[in-house]
Amino acid sequence: MAAPSSTPADLSAALVLTPPPLADWLVVLPVALMIALGAALMMIRKSVRWHGPIAISGLVLLVLLDLGLLWRVSVHGPVTMVMGRWLPPFGIAFTADLLGAAMALAAAVAALAAGIFALADIDAGGRRYGFFPFLMLLMAGVSGAFLTGDIFNLYVWFEVLLISSFGLIILGSEPEQIDGALKYAILNLVGTTLFLIAIGYLYAVFGTLNMADIARKAVGLRDTAPLVTLTALFVLAFAMKAAAFPVNFWLPASYHTPRIVVSALFGGLLTKVGIYALIRVAIMLFPVEREALSLVIAVSAALTMMAGALGALAQDDIRRLVGYLVIAGIGNMLAGVAIGTPAAVSGAILYALHSMATMTALYFVAGEAARLGGGSWSLAALGGIYRRAPWFSAASFLLFLAAAGLPPLSGLWPKVALLKASLDIGAWWLGAAILVSAFLVTVSLARVFLLAYWRPQPGLTGAGADGSAAAGGWRMSLPLGLLTALVVFFGLMPEPLLDLTQRAATGLADPAAYVQSVFPTSAQKGGVP
Amino acid sequence: METLFAILIGLFFAAAVYLMLSKYTVRILLGVALLGNAVNLLLFTAGRLTREVPPIIPAGMQALPAGAANPLPQALILTAIVISFSFFAFLLVLTYRAYQELGTDDTDGMRLAEPRDEPLPPVGY
Repeated sequence: MAAPSSTPADLSAALVLTPPPLADWLVVLPVALMIALGAALMMIRKSVRWHGPIAISGLVLLVLLDLGLLWRVSVHGPVTMVMGRWLPPFGIAFTADLLGAAMALAAAVAALAAGIFALADIDAGGRRYGFFPFLMLLMAGVSGAFLTGDIFNLYVWFEVLLISSFGLIILGSEPEQIDGALKYAILNLVGTTLFLIAIGYLYAVFGTLNMADIARKAVGLRDTAPLVTLTALFVLAFAMKAAAFPVNFWLPASYHTPRIVVSALFGGLLTKVGIYALIRVAIMLFPVEREALSLVIAVSAALTMMAGALGALAQDDIRRLVGYLVIAGIGNMLAGVAIGTPAAVSGAILYALHSMATMTALYFVAGEAARLGGGSWSLAALGGIYRRAPWFSAASFLLFLAAAGLPPLSGLWPKVALLKASLDIGAWWLGAAILVSAFLVTVSLARVFLLAYWRPQPGLTGAGADGSAAAGGWRMSLPLGLLTALVVFFGLMPEPLLDLTQRAATGLADPAAYVQSVFPTSAQKGGVP
Repeated sequence: METLFAILIGLFFAAAVYLMLSKYTVRILLGVALLGNAVNLLLFTAGRLTREVPPIIPAGMQALPAGAANPLPQALILTAIVISFSFFAFLLVLTYRAYQELGTDDTDGMRLAEPRDEPLPPVGY
């Protein structure tokens, strides 16, 4: 038993002794807020009428916090905060760079839209079941995944969002949902387990879990350690989360089964978390190894695009059709990762941001279309929406164009960037896949518009045909209008967003600023332990 | 010791994959449970296996003695055990509910979400 030593240990080597500036708290506040609100809502589980107002104000606050964080990161560079004052690499670091902050903001906006939509879509039973607490915890997981700077912590946030998504997907407990949820749960669990295996090997090789530390040490370990194997494991795990081609079958089996607002959240956010993790690991941590796997990822990207577009063509259920559109979009983002140049990565990030807004909105559209067009999900039965709800039809039309990547909407710019990047490296077949898949998506969405919107509703003639269905109310039109406005705005004014994603991609290609933010004093680079 | 564990982990993975390839959900679940334990063992082995040296920094030293096990993977395993345990509990209930609702544990029979005879979309008006 050592007596209190007369010479106090020098704590500055292990602990952060000065309190971090108040603005740095922005890094952890999104996650802390969502966890606190999730717990609070869980405690007042029975008073369901408070759930909506509290959750919506929380999500508005989340958007503001993420906005503040993005602004700060954009002005001052990456921000880091460590847990329990332990200095990295021992303390778990939260590090927000432009990529993480931008994704977190887009996710918060999509979640806010979904939260408002849920006020109308989720009835008292669903709220008592815990929709809003699950939504808060899902957002804690998503925000945490985007903002963490520690790879095991990333795994933990993956699990947090996964377990909340389990709760959301079985909300309602219909047999169809349980069937979909079982496949979703098992395949996603296997995916995260693969991720955990990769982390185990990574720790055995590097002796650290801090991403900035890994990026520093990878330079010195490249010749001796099996880093390509490691990267391949990570790519497989994240491709499974993102629903890339050979491992995408869980998505069309499950995403159409829950309530439409839950589908919107999943389609908008969850697959993008997989893409984000893939970009973070493949582009920032292991760029050289990604080069070796480039062809595999590119082929998977092209097949994902084609599988998504062809699947969308073959669907009669509009929710499943949108599910396949999510997959087609994932193919585009994977193409950016496969090419790997800053221009391509910038295109992939831009596509991810665009896809979060568009896919969430498209699921809203599917839900509204089914309600207005005769209460069915089947294209064979839907009809007459254009006559009943012209404004809703206009918004749907814009979103369809955006999803297909047609001008002047936000889907155009990432596709242009990715196409140019793939032609620049001579991968004409990848460029061709982007174009063909965009064409097939256009065809399938044009057919939706033709059948469900322009065609009179089948089996309904005379007075009933132009009788207007009950209006959706502001809870449905506000989130749809908000997301459509964003899609139109960033289609017409892509400059600020393009600038942002280019800076984010440059920051990933050369993570010096990221490393500097985690290890402020370290001057040497590539130091081997 | 590490070699022995490497073989053991390989067997765990083989058994887990074999069980997960089954059509029946109960076997798949057992496979998932084995897979989680295989990964935990893998993490455990990655942190060095020693019995003689406790992972405690002796007085007067600044770092662990050479050959001591790395305590961090054990913390990781603890986290992973908690997570996989809760997931397994959830999956168990979900499977039981699926068995009640769908009346089968054969995944070939679980075609409610993706019906076998799904109609194609209309090709014209």
